[in-house]
Amino acid sequence: MSGWADTVLICIVLTSFVLLGSSRLGACIRVVALQGVLLGFLTLAGRQDASSLRAPILALVSTGLKGVVFPWLLFRALRDADVRREVEPFVGYSLSLLIGTAFLAGSLWLAGRLPLPNPTMSPLVVPVALFTMLVGLFLIVSRRKALTQVLGYLVLENAIYAFGVGLVEGTPMVVELGVLLDLFVAVFVMGIAVFHINREFDHIDADQLRTLRDWAG
Amino acid sequence: MIPSLLLIPAAAGVLAYFVRRAGPRRALLVLAAVAHAGMTVATWVVEPAPAWGGWLALDALGRLFLTITSALFLAAALYGVAYLREEGHGERKDVDEGFLFDNAPEATFTACLLLFLAAMTLVTVSQGFGLLWVAVEATTLASAPLIYFHRHHRSLEATWKYLLICSVGIALALLGNFFLAVAASDHGGTSVRLVLPDLIAGAGGLRIVWLKAAFLLFLVGYGTKMGLAPLHTWLPDAHSEAPSVVSALLSGALLNCALLGIVRVQQVCAAAGQAAFGQGLLVGFGLLSMAVAAVFILGQADYKRMLAYSSVEHMGILTLGIGLGGAGTFGGMLHAVNHSFTKAMMFLVAGNILTRYRSKSTDEVRGVLRVVPASGILWTIGLFAITGSPPFGPFLSEFTILKAALDQGRAGVAITYLILLAVIFVGMATAILGMAQGVPRDARMAARAREPLLRVVPAAALAAVVLLLGVYIPPVVRTALEDAARALG
Repeated sequence: MSGWADTVLICIVLTSFVLLGSSRLGACIRVVALQGVLLGFLTLAGRQDASSLRAPILALVSTGLKGVVFPWLLFRALRDADVRREVEPFVGYSLSLLIGTAFLAGSLWLAGRLPLPNPTMSPLVVPVALFTMLVGLFLIVSRRKALTQVLGYLVLENAIYAFGVGLVEGTPMVVELGVLLDLFVAVFVMGIAVFHINREFDHIDADQLRTLRDWAG
Repeated sequence: MIPSLLLIPAAAGVLAYFVRRAGPRRALLVLAAVAHAGMTVATWVVEPAPAWGGWLALDALGRLFLTITSALFLAAALYGVAYLREEGHGERKDVDEGFLFDNAPEATFTACLLLFLAAMTLVTVSQGFGLLWVAVEATTLASAPLIYFHRHHRSLEATWKYLLICSVGIALALLGNFFLAVAASDHGGTSVRLVLPDLIAGAGGLRIVWLKAAFLLFLVGYGTKMGLAPLHTWLPDAHSEAPSVVSALLSGALLNCALLGIVRVQQVCAAAGQAAFGQGLLVGFGLLSMAVAAVFILGQADYKRMLAYSSVEHMGILTLGIGLGGAGTFGGMLHAVNHSFTKAMMFLVAGNILTRYRSKSTDEVRGVLRVVPASGILWTIGLFAITGSPPFGPFLSEFTILKAALDQGRAGVAITYLILLAVIFVGMATAILGMAQGVPRDARMAARAREPLLRVVPAAALAAVVLLLGVYIPPVVRTALEDAARALG
């Protein structure tokens, strides 16, 4: 099973790199959806007890949410917003990719120093999760559009989920489903907010949101 | 009993969304608030049985915070009825920039308010760390639409910042949950359940490195939500742009819920013999928050923002108290109670002032005592209470924390604490006394205005509680606080 998990994890790293380098919003949404589907596979690959239904149910719910519902919500926000379909980053694409490479190296180094008590899955889980987290945070701060910030948040959430799948067993299913429900509502509310931001400002650039501060100047 | 505490506001919230007419909907809001408060009082008499295999239970700390939340919500619901009656619908003029805007539908607002209460109740009764996380994130999602009640660009900006910053912060707390699970997993494969009593009982077998890492992530994650500097950046915006009744709940009830998240993990650390690790960090974050708040309170031109920074300050004070440990923890917990009631009262009064003067600027508002006397008196009382003057509750708790610092021989901490408190007193007193006294600049404003009873009585009741806590702490409350303090080491 470890071979499977490794393949999926490497695919997750690749999707993160695609996100850093791609310029079309639509493509970014699809890539994040693909990452969600890959996580579903990871849940299946990581299951210990073949007879229990827990992993298949979770994989099904999370794949359905991340692979179908979220892209649909985000595409709808994108269509309603009717904005230019480009990402418009603060940091250029090639520089983003370069920074991504540095993140990967850093994550591998850091993961080597974290003593894992009982490696349940592939040893690649920790570095991949760390790398994907960093990419998510980087996307939030380096991209201009509110919609891209939502995507960054989703990538961050994916990374944490991967961490949980790889390292933790025995979280009750209710809690896992609760986490997914929260995530769903979060994306739903953020989608509505993106829609309103567009209506209010005629674009979805989050960098226009800078009226509120303490000292004008 | 615990399931019905959760179900009452949740069901009322869903129902409120579908009630068409304003009158019955407002009645439903008050009814749900009264029922919730009644149930909460009953938990003090009859110990509620743990539900759902121990995942939901009410310990001393949870009950204390549940009581604060429920009491504040009742006050806010009563005030909210008057508020919605006056300002609920119709186009109105923005107080800062003069453009016209509309409000969100009242049904959505009421529904979110009640769901917000349900989420906060879930925070206080969660014993499982995973469930606690789900509940804290749910409070963010239920309250985001409340901040965007006034539909204009500034409140939208505040909502977006709140949603994104808090969601990212709380995502880190989820990672903290997983780290905690790794810390609790055993070599053999039998792991400790991530439920508070189990974790405390099995604390000796936790992996310390992972526990410490988990504590850091929880502190950053829930600290973002709690408004600890430097993670507080969303807080002044959200509190100043939300309707005052929502600001009162955010500041008085929601920040406590986030605090509870940090306190829970500190409880586990204390049981594992690692109390000192967390305490050092808490003292640092506490003093930093106070310092940042002091800088922004001095010369603050917007009185709602000033109150928001004051919340950052008080979160700093009680974090400092918990960080000092021993008597300081008792002071910190007591301060959580005092701050909640005082700050909620002040935000409600700020809402009255805003309604009358249509301005959030400390310079433009003059003569509150003359124009709206009841609000003016409460506003002045609020100033002295919130800055820790006797005979109000915050004086007692702030003094307890100071004494704890001195008893431990930490003169540096004590002196910094006193200087910051003095600076904040000067900053707030200048602004608030200036607003209360004098005569309004605009002569048309000078006439005495009508003050609806429902917009004064809830705030006055909260003020009475603050005064009572300053002169007499009921034995049940003292026992609850002592239990809470003991659990934290």
